[in-house]
Amino acid sequence: MDIIRTLEKEQLRTDIPDFRPGDTVRVHVKVVEGGRERIQVFEGTVLARKGRGVSETFTVRRVSYGVGVERTFPVHSPRIEKIEVVRQGRVRRAKLYYLRNLSGKAARIKEKRRDV
Amino acid sequence: MAKGILGRKLGMTQIFDDQGRAVPVTVIEAGPCPVVQVRTVERDGYEAVQLGFGEIKPSRLTKPQRGHLAKRNIPPVRTLKEFRWSGELPAEGDVIRVDIFQSGDRVHVTGTSRGKGFAGVVKRWHSGRGPMSHGSKYHRRVGSMGASSFPSRVFKGKPMPGHMGNERVTVRNLEVVRADPERNLLLVKGAVPGARGATLIIRAAAER
Repeated sequence: MDIIRTLEKEQLRTDIPDFRPGDTVRVHVKVVEGGRERIQVFEGTVLARKGRGVSETFTVRRVSYGVGVERTFPVHSPRIEKIEVVRQGRVRRAKLYYLRNLSGKAARIKEKRRDV
Repeated sequence: MAKGILGRKLGMTQIFDDQGRAVPVTVIEAGPCPVVQVRTVERDGYEAVQLGFGEIKPSRLTKPQRGHLAKRNIPPVRTLKEFRWSGELPAEGDVIRVDIFQSGDRVHVTGTSRGKGFAGVVKRWHSGRGPMSHGSKYHRRVGSMGASSFPSRVFKGKPMPGHMGNERVTVRNLEVVRADPERNLLLVKGAVPGARGATLIIRAAAER
């Protein structure tokens, strides 16, 4: 039918778990270093998911050694080995950019209550 | 290697390449293009191939066009275009497909740019505009035309409003990201002139 849509669909990954802004995830990224490939883990809070289809990206923020680090990955990138959802957070908006201005206790996110 | 193919712009998307990088691509439906006529050095003084592309009702063609195609048993085509060819010439009636290109090749893509109509100087020549408020009455107009008593005329080439777009544009040395002969698709890195559905001329770039 629509060839562009078919091309995009071919690239979508089905092994990506469902995760939302506010969740804490562990992203296993393939990194090529001096001709060798290894896996690097980046763990942090998902600030946002942007875009749709193949071009969808998500932003993960973590505070490492007192410095805020944010990385944005394409959701369907073949460079992502896997994504683990460590914790589901309860948040009230889709983009958590306000976390950038908060630190310490204030930057915590409540865990989602799972009803019995 | 001079060679080429005709195609139709389908639109843009992104593709992950073998290193996992997201590459912006234009998807082109390229070919299959029947070889309608072959020009040889002996007869014409140069080597070229006339390709056809696109379906069309026979009634839309003139009688001479129909005869030209019927002579080689080729169904009616919308576009006919001659390409300079080097290397082995195909025979009349052969079909050229995207497999003449491989990923990594460089191509020139020619098309007709989108028409913008009568455009002002800001859009057409990227001149700056004046303040839109605070009492300003100079918004998007042409500014100075030049000096006064010398030269007493406006220099040629002075950017002015006028018709923009709908002209032949060639984008050179685009990288072929993927050629898919099964679906007649050519994926080229970056943008290409024209609207979706526009006919494109794709030629191999000179080897460097």
